[in-house]
Amino acid sequence: MDSNRSGRRRFLKQAAALAGVAAGAERSASGQSAQSEAQPKDVHIHGEPSRFVSAGRGVKTRIDHMTYYTPLQDSAGIITPAALHFMQTHSSRLPDIDPQQHRLTIHGMVDRPLSFTLEELKRLPSVSRIYFLECHGNGSSLLHGTDDPKMGLPVQYIHGMTSCSEWTGVLLSVLLKEAGLQKGASWLVSEGADDGKFSHTLPLAKAMDDVMVAYAQNGEPVRPEQGYPLRLVVPGWEGPSSVKWLRHIKVVDQPYMTWNESMNHSIPRHDLDGKSRWYHFEMAPKSVITRPSGGLKLPGRGFYEITGLAWSSGGAVSKVDVSTDGGRSWKEAKLQTPVLPKAHTRFTLDWTWDGEEAVLQSRCTDERGEVQPSLAELNRNWGITDTDQQKTSRAIHINAIQPWRVARDGSVHDAMFS
Amino acid sequence: MRCSLNLLVSVMILAAAVAGLAQSRTYNLGTPLSQEEIRAFDFMVGPEGKELPPGRGTAKEGAEIFAKRCAVCHGRNGEGGAAQRLVLGSPGNPHLGPFKDTEKSATSYYPYPTIAWDYINRAMPANKPGSLTHDEVYAVVAFLFYRNGIIQENDVLDDKSLLKVEMPNRNGFVPAVPVWPPNPKKPSWY
Repeated sequence: MDSNRSGRRRFLKQAAALAGVAAGAERSASGQSAQSEAQPKDVHIHGEPSRFVSAGRGVKTRIDHMTYYTPLQDSAGIITPAALHFMQTHSSRLPDIDPQQHRLTIHGMVDRPLSFTLEELKRLPSVSRIYFLECHGNGSSLLHGTDDPKMGLPVQYIHGMTSCSEWTGVLLSVLLKEAGLQKGASWLVSEGADDGKFSHTLPLAKAMDDVMVAYAQNGEPVRPEQGYPLRLVVPGWEGPSSVKWLRHIKVVDQPYMTWNESMNHSIPRHDLDGKSRWYHFEMAPKSVITRPSGGLKLPGRGFYEITGLAWSSGGAVSKVDVSTDGGRSWKEAKLQTPVLPKAHTRFTLDWTWDGEEAVLQSRCTDERGEVQPSLAELNRNWGITDTDQQKTSRAIHINAIQPWRVARDGSVHDAMFS
Repeated sequence: MRCSLNLLVSVMILAAAVAGLAQSRTYNLGTPLSQEEIRAFDFMVGPEGKELPPGRGTAKEGAEIFAKRCAVCHGRNGEGGAAQRLVLGSPGNPHLGPFKDTEKSATSYYPYPTIAWDYINRAMPANKPGSLTHDEVYAVVAFLFYRNGIIQENDVLDDKSLLKVEMPNRNGFVPAVPVWPPNPKKPSWY
């Protein structure tokens, strides 16, 4: 019955779109009639920001991927609105999934292979937890100096592939226990329903720990660009682990090394004789000052609150230090509550600008005691010499301290490489 | 003796019952899947190639398919175009590494021969994923391996021979087999 109804709706929606009255058609899933679909869209049904608020996501698209960057320069608190959550997808179109038709299967090394509908998943015990998600390419050396207005301001296109949401769903451990893990099961590989069949391997220990199958984000259904109707949320780990449009989970006894993880997620390294490090899993402690940051301009000397975000896969942020003199001296910033494990943490520091050149930067320490490295420390760790650092090919897993230079005219510039 | 055997048997029955109880479904939601249903969607192929379906193809057959279905994005000989470069080295002359970051898209970078098969089968061509037959996938993989200097032009790839292909970068990854948790002596940003 449902599939017939939704099939008819789809037909009507397509017909409406063809007739050039597509406005409001995207609301068809709420069960409105074709007649109401043709009405002008009421913007208050899904509220929109003030027309005076201009900053949205930055965008970069290519034939084989789309990237949208969160405008961190305007962020407040720790939650990223779903509409501004970053998106990085390795195909050029998003799947349009009918939730009535969608199934999540758990199979492979399990006693009882199972298929779940969305409604069945929503009947299971749920959890709501606040976690950051970060693309492992966030902060890439290759992004500095990009001068493309469509991509937004520097803090946005260099660091805006991290966002933080309250996710609601079922713990993956609940589903795996329902299916019954077999002896020898040690990894799993999950697959999305997108054109690229995005796939990723997870060790079972992590899957049974805190991984979620999420159907809601910040109190609403997960949006299509975030994986509607279902996605994995793998707390603290590199973004690609959190497979969107999730449809298959296969329990296996070895890492599956699918195309994405073998190619995009490995890094040829100088210190390993040119061999590639792969399977980084975690996103290391990191922080960035979001205001003042590159591309903004201070109107004059006087008081400013320096503010930014810190996060780590290692748990909660325990401390953020801020320097206004390029790292010669540091002051401990205030951490705004809540301070949650594997979530963005907002920090602030009171600052009075004296009108002279200043270099602002922040440094995160997490509850494991790990400290965010400088670019020089990171390079040394990876066997890259200072003279090589500008031409380094390293494009993923960069958590170096980000310096912003405030010039005497108040303009703020990216000072990572200069 | 008999008494203790009886006791042992009852303990075993009890243990089995407890184990059975522990493994039963708590919520009784979700629909059990038959092996036949699973076969209809279980296309992810691991490094051991256990899921590879029957089929065969050669580089010569693959060249035609590549020209029609892949070259528009990846270049005539896989040298790259709107989409990523797939070929490094040349027939008979494989690139043995080290690889630069920009060379990671080349088929010769992949540590296992199954990776190219799996990805092409499920996700390519980008405008119509899953539209290649199994024979066509074997053929396109044979063509790419040949252009990368990994196999000969007349080599036949099938579900057995594909697994025997020696990838030039097989030992180019650290750690050789991914492990979790990683080395506790290194920082997470190592």
